[in-house]
Amino acid sequence: MPRVALFPTCLVDVMRPSVGFAAARLIEQAGFAVTVPEGLTCCGQPAFNSGDRKTARALARRTMTALAGFDFVVLPSGSCAGMMVKHYPELFEAGSADHTAALALAARTHELTAFLVHIARVNNLASEFPARATYHDSCAGLRELGIKSEPRQLLKKVAGVTLMEMEDAEVCCGFGGTFCVKYPEISTRMTDKKVERIIASGADTVVAGDLGCLMTMAGRLKRLGSDIRVRHVAEVLAGDYATPPLAEDDGDAA
Amino acid sequence: MQPETARFKELSRAALANDQLQRSMVATGPQFVLKRAKARAALPEFDDLRNAARDIKNHVLAHLDVYLEKFEARVQAAGGHVHWAETAEEARAIILNICAAKKARLITKGKSMVSEEVGLNEALEGAGHTPVETDLGEYLIQIRNERPSHIIAPAVHLRREQIEADFRRVHTDLDPARDLSHIPALVEEARRVLRQNYLDADVGITGANFLVAGTGSAIIVTNEGNGDLTRLMPETHIVITSIEKIVPTLEDASTLLRVLARSATGQDISTYTTLMTGPRRAADPDGPEEFHIVLLDNGRSQVLGTEFQDMLRCIRCGACLNHCPVYQAVGGHAYGWVYPGPIGSVVTPALIGIENAANLPNASTFCGRCEDVCPVRIPLPRLLRHWREREFEQHLTPRTVRSGLGAWAFLAKRPKLYGLAMRLAARFLNWRGRAGRIASLPLARGWTRTRDLPAAQGKTFTELWRERQK
Ligand code: SF4
Repeated sequence: MPRVALFPTCLVDVMRPSVGFAAARLIEQAGFAVTVPEGLTCCGQPAFNSGDRKTARALARRTMTALAGFDFVVLPSGSCAGMMVKHYPELFEAGSADHTAALALAARTHELTAFLVHIARVNNLASEFPARATYHDSCAGLRELGIKSEPRQLLKKVAGVTLMEMEDAEVCCGFGGTFCVKYPEISTRMTDKKVERIIASGADTVVAGDLGCLMTMAGRLKRLGSDIRVRHVAEVLAGDYATPPLAEDDGDAA
Repeated sequence: MQPETARFKELSRAALANDQLQRSMVATGPQFVLKRAKARAALPEFDDLRNAARDIKNHVLAHLDVYLEKFEARVQAAGGHVHWAETAEEARAIILNICAAKKARLITKGKSMVSEEVGLNEALEGAGHTPVETDLGEYLIQIRNERPSHIIAPAVHLRREQIEADFRRVHTDLDPARDLSHIPALVEEARRVLRQNYLDADVGITGANFLVAGTGSAIIVTNEGNGDLTRLMPETHIVITSIEKIVPTLEDASTLLRVLARSATGQDISTYTTLMTGPRRAADPDGPEEFHIVLLDNGRSQVLGTEFQDMLRCIRCGACLNHCPVYQAVGGHAYGWVYPGPIGSVVTPALIGIENAANLPNASTFCGRCEDVCPVRIPLPRLLRHWREREFEQHLTPRTVRSGLGAWAFLAKRPKLYGLAMRLAARFLNWRGRAGRIASLPLARGWTRTRDLPAAQGKTFTELWRERQK
């Protein structure tokens, strides 16, 4: 059985482990053995995007070591997958051993929905999830990795899901890592525009593939008193409606 | 005008609270996006053309000296003069000299971002000349004493009512009872006011979109035809532009023109495309007696050969502004200087120093839409990130950011300690939750002031996974 390393990402690890379990279940159901390697922390993107290449490089090396020897590496995040696929190779000098390792890792690394569609070739999902869902395209997944049809294709296979497109699904939600706390007013305005589109879509659930975007959208929706639910795509695909949506508890979910 | 980029945060806050500006942005931004999308859809080879455009520019940048010398020789052969300006100050001095020699009073001007960059209007006024902008948008910001807020639509931040008020304030010799309640009336009034200026001007100054090395021509594109009247009517025509505008041949220029108009306004080609080669020849029915080209460097040659070189491919189409969610939220004036939007955030630090402009490359989510639409495929997010690297290397990154990053990096390099810290964080962010969310968190006010923080589920994925494996 091909071996998959699941990198939960630092946000899922701390904030929402249920996403990691949903991802693991999906990968296992597709016929792969899932391992969560020791020694993983963060992919290093915060350092990379803050201009600290040295730290980014150190964390990339650690991550590459922890993930060596697996057939595939899968992340429930387009942003962290994009970091490893697109940017790890940029961190090292062409021709160096690290560069070769980075390229090799990049070739084996996939965002979850892209993995399920292109590698696992999932045709059916046994799951059920009652939702009128609208999908937000996270920037890195969309523009660094070209992920657009994959999550939608999979969501359509889930019994009970009706997919409803929002306008400007490809426009940034305002998260942007440290951007959202460095420029909170601009970030909030961007989120407000996104929230407007989500509401206008008529959906009762907004789905995306990156926890950063989800926390941003959920945080604003809840502050504005909206009852639209916010879910990671892995939860919906795995039929995990028992776990309360982001920023809600069992009381709200009922 | 002095750069105000250091006040970006304050200016952007004011912009977000400015209803009039917000209404303008909402009315115009999506239109630009729609028009470009249509133009792209109508031309199957559009993305191939973008590759060709990128390659032309890359080739020029690799041989810039060769093409500039060739261009100079051709301009001279056609009877024109070429002036090299290393700095903004030199560019102003050259132009002031020409205008003084011509004893110029009235000077008409076509739209030029380089003119804005060197602060030409202030210099001309200071020397007793009267510059009049002839592009409608530029004219509007001139009478309002503002900077352009967009590189192709300088007055995009204005609403019709504001323009009407400005016209009534400035055009005092016209009938106060006239009807200015619709846009065509405003355009007509501007035309009428400007017309006499074309006839009276002693010198005409325009920019250039491209310079053709093979023929010594400067090319401008406009939709109003004002560029032609500005360059044809006065006795002296001065082109002010920058060194990276050069292309080898007319054919190259036409490739770039095809992607420029589509990216900028969604047109197949701009309404007027004007080629200007030297002064009037004996057989020409009209044209200037004297033709000058001022070629500005102003730090651009310093960018050659660095990780920032790609920025010099820019053809100033404005597409990256139109597609930027940050620009669309705050408008151009918040950027505090001449060039706003993603390309402005890349160019401005190169021209005025990263120490004066660090906010600009930081105010981006790296969403990547700019790179996605750029007709010459400038990797704008990567260049913005390079500026953050320079900022970090030079220890300009704010202390709070730096120490936060340092603490986090310390942990992230030590998986055991990191695991412990994350377990504590998961518990804390769960314990603070009420109904699944945290309404306020002292260390994360930037987040919780306007949004709830979803509570953590209580344990980390790593620990739960290990528990289940046992
Ligand atoms: S960077 Fe690209 S998209 Fe932006 S103005 Fe320049 S050419 Fe146009």
